[in-house]
Amino acid sequence: MSFGGNVSEIQFATPQTVKEAVKCLAGAKGRAKVLAGGTDLLVQLRAGMVRPALIVDIKHIPELSAVKREDGGFRVGAAVSGAELGANKAFRKAWPGVLEGLELIGSTQIQGRASLGGNLCNGSPAADSVPGLIAAGATCKIAGPKGTREAKVEDVVAGPGKTTLKPGEFVVSFFLPKRPKHAGDAYLRMIPRTEMDIAVVGAAVSLEFDAKGVCTDARVSLGAVAPKALLVKAAGKALVGSKLDDDALEAMAAACRAACNPIDDKRGTIEYRTKVAGVLAKRAARIALERAQA
Amino acid sequence: MGNEENVGKIIDYSGRQFKQIGTRVVRPDGVEKVTGKANFGADFKANGMIYARTVRSPHAHAKIKKINVDKALKLKGVKAVVTGADFPEIDVNDKAVGEVVVSYYDMAHNTIARDKVYYDGHVVAAVAATSADIAEQAARLIEVEYEVLKPVMTAEAALKKNAPVLHKHLFTQGVEPKPDKPSNLAARSQFKLGDIEAGFGQADVVVERTYTTQTVHQGYIEPHACVASITADGMVNVWCSSQGQFMVRAYVAKICGIEISKVKVTPAEIGGGFGGKTVIYLEPLAVALAKKAGRPVKMVMTRDEVLRATGPTSGGSARVKLGAKRDGTIVAGDMELTYEAGAYPGSPVMLGCMTGFAPYDIKNINAVGWDVVVNRPKAAAYRAPGAPVAAFAVESAVDELAEQLGMDPLELRLKNAAVEGTQAPYGVKFGPIGYKETLEAAKNSPQWKAPLGPNQGRGIASGFWFNIGGTSSAEVMVNEDGTVIVATGNPDIGGSRASMALMAAEVLGIPYERIKPLVADTESVPYSMLTGGSRVTFATGKAVIEAAQDAVNDLRRRAAKIWDVDLEQVEWQDGQAVCIESDKHKPLTIANIAAKADKTGGAISGKANINATGAGPGFGTHICDVEVDPETGHVTVLRYTAIQDVGKAIHPSYVEGQLQGGAVQGIGWALNEEYVYSDDGRLLNTGFLDYRIPVASDLPMIDTVLVEVPNPGHPFGVRGVGETPIVPPLAAVANAVSHAIGKRCADLPLSPVRLLSIIDGK
Amino acid sequence: MAKHHVSTTINGDPAEFLCDTQQTLLDCLRDELQMTGSKEGCASGDCGACSVMLNGRLVCACLVLGVEADGATIDTIEGVAQGDELHPLQKHFLDEAALQCGVCTPGFIVAAKALLEENPDPTETEVRYWLAGNLCRCTGYDKIIRAVMNAAAEMRGA
Repeated sequence: MSFGGNVSEIQFATPQTVKEAVKCLAGAKGRAKVLAGGTDLLVQLRAGMVRPALIVDIKHIPELSAVKREDGGFRVGAAVSGAELGANKAFRKAWPGVLEGLELIGSTQIQGRASLGGNLCNGSPAADSVPGLIAAGATCKIAGPKGTREAKVEDVVAGPGKTTLKPGEFVVSFFLPKRPKHAGDAYLRMIPRTEMDIAVVGAAVSLEFDAKGVCTDARVSLGAVAPKALLVKAAGKALVGSKLDDDALEAMAAACRAACNPIDDKRGTIEYRTKVAGVLAKRAARIALERAQA
Repeated sequence: MGNEENVGKIIDYSGRQFKQIGTRVVRPDGVEKVTGKANFGADFKANGMIYARTVRSPHAHAKIKKINVDKALKLKGVKAVVTGADFPEIDVNDKAVGEVVVSYYDMAHNTIARDKVYYDGHVVAAVAATSADIAEQAARLIEVEYEVLKPVMTAEAALKKNAPVLHKHLFTQGVEPKPDKPSNLAARSQFKLGDIEAGFGQADVVVERTYTTQTVHQGYIEPHACVASITADGMVNVWCSSQGQFMVRAYVAKICGIEISKVKVTPAEIGGGFGGKTVIYLEPLAVALAKKAGRPVKMVMTRDEVLRATGPTSGGSARVKLGAKRDGTIVAGDMELTYEAGAYPGSPVMLGCMTGFAPYDIKNINAVGWDVVVNRPKAAAYRAPGAPVAAFAVESAVDELAEQLGMDPLELRLKNAAVEGTQAPYGVKFGPIGYKETLEAAKNSPQWKAPLGPNQGRGIASGFWFNIGGTSSAEVMVNEDGTVIVATGNPDIGGSRASMALMAAEVLGIPYERIKPLVADTESVPYSMLTGGSRVTFATGKAVIEAAQDAVNDLRRRAAKIWDVDLEQVEWQDGQAVCIESDKHKPLTIANIAAKADKTGGAISGKANINATGAGPGFGTHICDVEVDPETGHVTVLRYTAIQDVGKAIHPSYVEGQLQGGAVQGIGWALNEEYVYSDDGRLLNTGFLDYRIPVASDLPMIDTVLVEVPNPGHPFGVRGVGETPIVPPLAAVANAVSHAIGKRCADLPLSPVRLLSIIDGK
Repeated sequence: MAKHHVSTTINGDPAEFLCDTQQTLLDCLRDELQMTGSKEGCASGDCGACSVMLNGRLVCACLVLGVEADGATIDTIEGVAQGDELHPLQKHFLDEAALQCGVCTPGFIVAAKALLEENPDPTETEVRYWLAGNLCRCTGYDKIIRAVMNAAAEMRGA
């Protein structure tokens, strides 16, 4: 802020290609913010938490707004809204748990705008779509001044409000792999109301089974129980080789509880989050099993 | 308070069949509101208008050492800055004593801090600029130097020895001898009946427990907003949304040091208030800025400001002890309430003491209330202020008593229910009341008989609210074509225009559609008390009925003149003047008479200025069914029924709406609403994301039963209905949850985190 | 300082306005275009009082930048009634007394209209979840849900 003068201006850019966007971000005089659905950025702007020199709207870049099949899996643009992805029946069939996470972000109105890319890059430990993506083994394509790279979703967030993205980098798209025959995923979260809240605890489970119903692969991810969403490998391990009997589920829940490293805050306590992480992981695993059997 | 012994009667309508009262007409302002055309507080614009923002304290308790506004003033587009120094000082003893005591000194200091800030969000300065963005940036350039003091955030902390004292001039009222030192204990109040010791002496069963609740907010969707302008000769115009244009006028005049005749307030539509807009925040700032800038100034709060600095209602604790005989007769009730007033004295604790035991005929009562100041925003009225917390405690205790006695909680209430003639804890003897009828209706409701499944529980609770009367004015103006304008001075917060028009239509005998109700500005209708205390349909309605009757008499006089007969020969029947002794005169309609008004004495109108007495108290009984997830502590409300004695429902749909809305606010209070502060006194949940009012998917349909025991103090039998519905739900929900989990829940809110710790026995 | 020149179609009519980057679509509708039917209750997407349709999708106008509306199609509460002919939702809100103070009403009607265009025969639960982002503090939602269900029935010709 310069005083004795005018208020500072915020520039706005609408690049049409990834290359242009990289150039825009690199050329910013001061702080630049990437705008996808805007459901976090606009709140921060209004609250005065950020006042960037430049806002780059990436929604005009075709790659950012497209959902495509790739290698039997899906390539989802980082700015695709929940409402758009939800309308894709093939995606809903393959990755219902991922979609559950995305669709739990905010209201119908928020669904018209909120995206996987925005939810991830906002860096909230409670982001609803992130555990589902991590459990799914999703990766993302990141563009920046040094070209593009692929990263595991669990490696993008560094901690509350912080990402591992380097200056000038942004997420272009997500890749969700092909689903084998007997597979299912699910995401559950605990909120005080039925809608409109931030997760107090979130749990996503993605499972694969062989023809006999024995679990061959399991990935369990927890949200809001640590500085960032966790991939709880021990929890997955507890399920592999089982048919999700009660003992296996309890072992998985115990692994989840052990992995929790939450805080006491306005939304929950350490004790609550730890206990409920196990409860939700079990429930999500049962839903994922049902889906795999369907 | 309702004065049941001084029942005023205007016209005897007893035994009368209503033609329009009780019908579900479309409200007169409805089309404007469903099309988005109605103008609320933030929708007004004035030519040359500029925008203002506030600077608020980030500290809960601090001395203001210095305010430097130089940088802000240098920013291009900034037109004016005000601080506390720009307002006249008000004597510390300048108070208005009415329904509640209003301290103008406190109000002025709450509007803008002078030497000290008392809560996170307390206004320190305000700045006006040519755009909202410039004003916002300028506010950030205002430098305030604070000496941060230790805050006291709860009543418990405030009453500790050596607790920091908020106000040096605050000596506890209501205790003997008068304290020689200031403290955070603002006042003690007490209400007694009979002999409490002897009462407990007769008891076979005694239950006692302490209950706690947190600060909650009214949660209206429309943030406070106003536009103020001031002419070169000092005439002030304010457009704003409030619960009373005359209230705003009086307070602005006082805080800004202007004569009342120089302040005009035009009411906007109001987007919810629930008591939270019975006080002012922005208007004096806007007036002062407009004066300095020489341009109209608009101020609109953000949601963050609304939660940090307006409302809320007191959190409080309540220790309740009840004693009963083996047969269920409650023989003694003892209650001690401690409410947090916020930064300045005046929690509704006294009203809690008066209302908690009111549904019951208990001969021996002792109720003591403590009003405590803490570093939170000053509590404002919230729907039946003071009553819900007391009722939560008493109604939970009644539930526990029923368990101990092995009695059905509904039967226990029926056995002890207050009836006509019962002595209320606050002194009066009740007139005709319908509490028992609400219990009978509850017993007959489908919900009371519905089966419950595992992890489910049912709670029942009752509640009482006085309802008030007070000063109201009305003018009924007959237009040249026989249509009618009904002007009153009360903002329409939930459909009162429809009620006013219906009551006028009933008296005038003309169709509702031919009446246009008007919420007039402060210069177009005489003074009315604000919209609050569930008084508008009762008191202003009474004024409308009287004014309409006055207009009818004027119409009769005109007809007599036209016919050249004595006035006594003219009767008013179904909207027409009828000559009773001669059939040579064809009846004259209101249109016929209006058309000849210029030949019979000029314009036709009626008016009434009254101080309405005879408000009838309201009793309600609510039933709540819940299911608890025992692994997460999440509560689902399965079914809900709200039953209330409403006297006479003028527009049943809007009366039902009051019951449903109040019930849901109470459900929010019970389950998830609470102010969460950091240790250093900053409010952590300053938005609707974390201040969790109920959303549509949280709720079932809210069934209602309107019991109609007419209030003899109103010509049509009206009782106030707006506030009673928030009194029972806290206990109805808590009792239901307690039964679902098999443990007594005495601390609100029953959020999943708290409830799971209760379930797990921690 | 150069403002953005934004060209849009609002309620079927071409509309243009100038705005700064940080002004939301809601600011632009209310302050630049004098369309005050959309209300600001929170400015954080939590209350839904500013619900509008942006390119056929329901959004909160407080979470869209005005400059993003360039080339877009916007539908607001002001376009729901056709002249003096109210939409069935508006009629049912009046008939069922589904509003008390009325400040949330425009948002509810815009959001409910979007629902019925996508799902003409919603269940009560579907209506409640679709409208969970529209806060009402007065009514307890009961009469709002009934009004939407009744309007849906009327629109289906049921």
